[in-house]
Amino acid sequence: MSDYNFAYLDEQTKRMIRRAILKGLAIPGYQVPFASREMPMPYGWGTGGVQVTAACLTPDDTLKVIDQGADDTTNAVSIRRFFEKTAAINVTQATSDATVIQTRHRIPEEPLNEDQILVYQVPIPEPLRFLEPRETETRKMHALEEYGLMHVKLFEDISQHGQIATAYAYPVKVEGRYVMDPSPIPRFDNPKMEMAAIQLFGAGREQRIYAIPPYTQVVSLDFDDYPFEASKAEGACALCAADHTYLDEVIVDDDGGRMFVCSDTDYCESRRQAGHIGEQGTPYGKDAA
Amino acid sequence: MTPLLDVQNLSKNYGQRIGCKDVSFDLYPGEVMGIVGESGSGKSTLLNCLAGHLEPDHGKVLFDTKTDGLKDTVTMSEPERRMLGRTDWAFVHQHARDGLRMGVSAGGNVGERLMAVGARHYGNIRAQAADWLGRVEIREDRIDDRPTAFSGGMQQRLQIARNLVTGPRLVFMDEPTGGLDVSVQARLLDMIRELVRDLELSAIIVTHDLAVVRLLADRLMVMKDGHVVETGLTDQVLDDPQHSYSQLLVSSVLQV
Repeated sequence: MSDYNFAYLDEQTKRMIRRAILKGLAIPGYQVPFASREMPMPYGWGTGGVQVTAACLTPDDTLKVIDQGADDTTNAVSIRRFFEKTAAINVTQATSDATVIQTRHRIPEEPLNEDQILVYQVPIPEPLRFLEPRETETRKMHALEEYGLMHVKLFEDISQHGQIATAYAYPVKVEGRYVMDPSPIPRFDNPKMEMAAIQLFGAGREQRIYAIPPYTQVVSLDFDDYPFEASKAEGACALCAADHTYLDEVIVDDDGGRMFVCSDTDYCESRRQAGHIGEQGTPYGKDAA
Repeated sequence: MTPLLDVQNLSKNYGQRIGCKDVSFDLYPGEVMGIVGESGSGKSTLLNCLAGHLEPDHGKVLFDTKTDGLKDTVTMSEPERRMLGRTDWAFVHQHARDGLRMGVSAGGNVGERLMAVGARHYGNIRAQAADWLGRVEIREDRIDDRPTAFSGGMQQRLQIARNLVTGPRLVFMDEPTGGLDVSVQARLLDMIRELVRDLELSAIIVTHDLAVVRLLADRLMVMKDGHVVETGLTDQVLDDPQHSYSQLLVSSVLQV
């Protein structure tokens, strides 16, 4: 057993965070202020998500942490280790085995179920921030449901690029009321937000928690003549041949060579295990990496 | 005929200092009211109280709302007041950058009020924005430029277009020609006069420039130290001022 209190935070703090989470679930999409604590990691690395995860974990939980869909990047590995050390819980890379999934900027490809909690790391929770810098004003706009400004951003996109060019952090309206920033997930993931799992959003530096309860209506904002489109890179994964997943572009040489691979590493791996092989893939278990 | 705006005993103090005191007047549909006075006479305070930007200490501001008739905007709920602020009212600031979003294109600026009242069809919003840019003499090919790329006069015209696009009935203008050179001022005044006549707008124009009110206003109110010292038809007040301060004001205008 470690010398830390279970999951690092003291019980009073976890209680305070749980209160904020419950309030957030009661008012879907509403940003609940909370007394964010100093965490042993820099702001921007997921201090908000870590605190929400810490408040949700029980000793029986199995944790999965992903960063841009990948289980093996620095951010994901360090947060996973952090909870292994401070909470002595089981960790996994398999989406279906996890009960709590902390994520940075992706929703796993595999549909989540009712027994799972998805925790997002949020850099800037206020969707109106870059249009209206005054927090007093944006709060009022949320309270009075004055969301015309959000469409101004999409309007600007269309007049500059001929289409809605916002590709991530695409604003959504939750249950017909609050406009919410879904954290910088690609807009490809937006339709998945109407899911069976609980979704919690933690912004550490900005001291806000918000939430989407299971099966809640989440609508991506758009115009009548420019409807929302969940977009992804054209092509299929070079390793597992999936053409329905969100793809990362990987530059492979300095000659303009590139390949597309699934951003969700666990999903890609399980497909390769099942025998799907992409253009540059090798049968599962035979590659060097 | 019911007045569009009925102001009764409006007062606003800043601590011990008087902002404006006991101001009462009526404004009828289609009428343009000028408020003149020197700096610090309470013109802008009064205008901000009328437009709901400041809360007055005493008095009523009754506005003829479309649904409920005359209603006190001081005591109405904030959502209602803000709704008025983006539908029936318009506010033209002295400095265009106070009233514009400088980081948003001209089209977006004009379209904002439309989207704020629920327009969700890009093509229609853009067409309306283009139409309004034309009406304020901004070429349509500037629609995607940001206001930062516009001259002062164009910014002011853009601000006017942005305000008038939702068809307001009452326009508040705070020194609309301040800081513009005279030839630009003249064109802007011409344009405002045309718009006011065409759209049958009511307007309250605060200015210290007597030429502006001479051209635009039907009626005039002269303020000094927070008090209204003289009211009357514009020509009457300017040609035959009664109060000593009005006389001073009129005689202070430089003759070229």
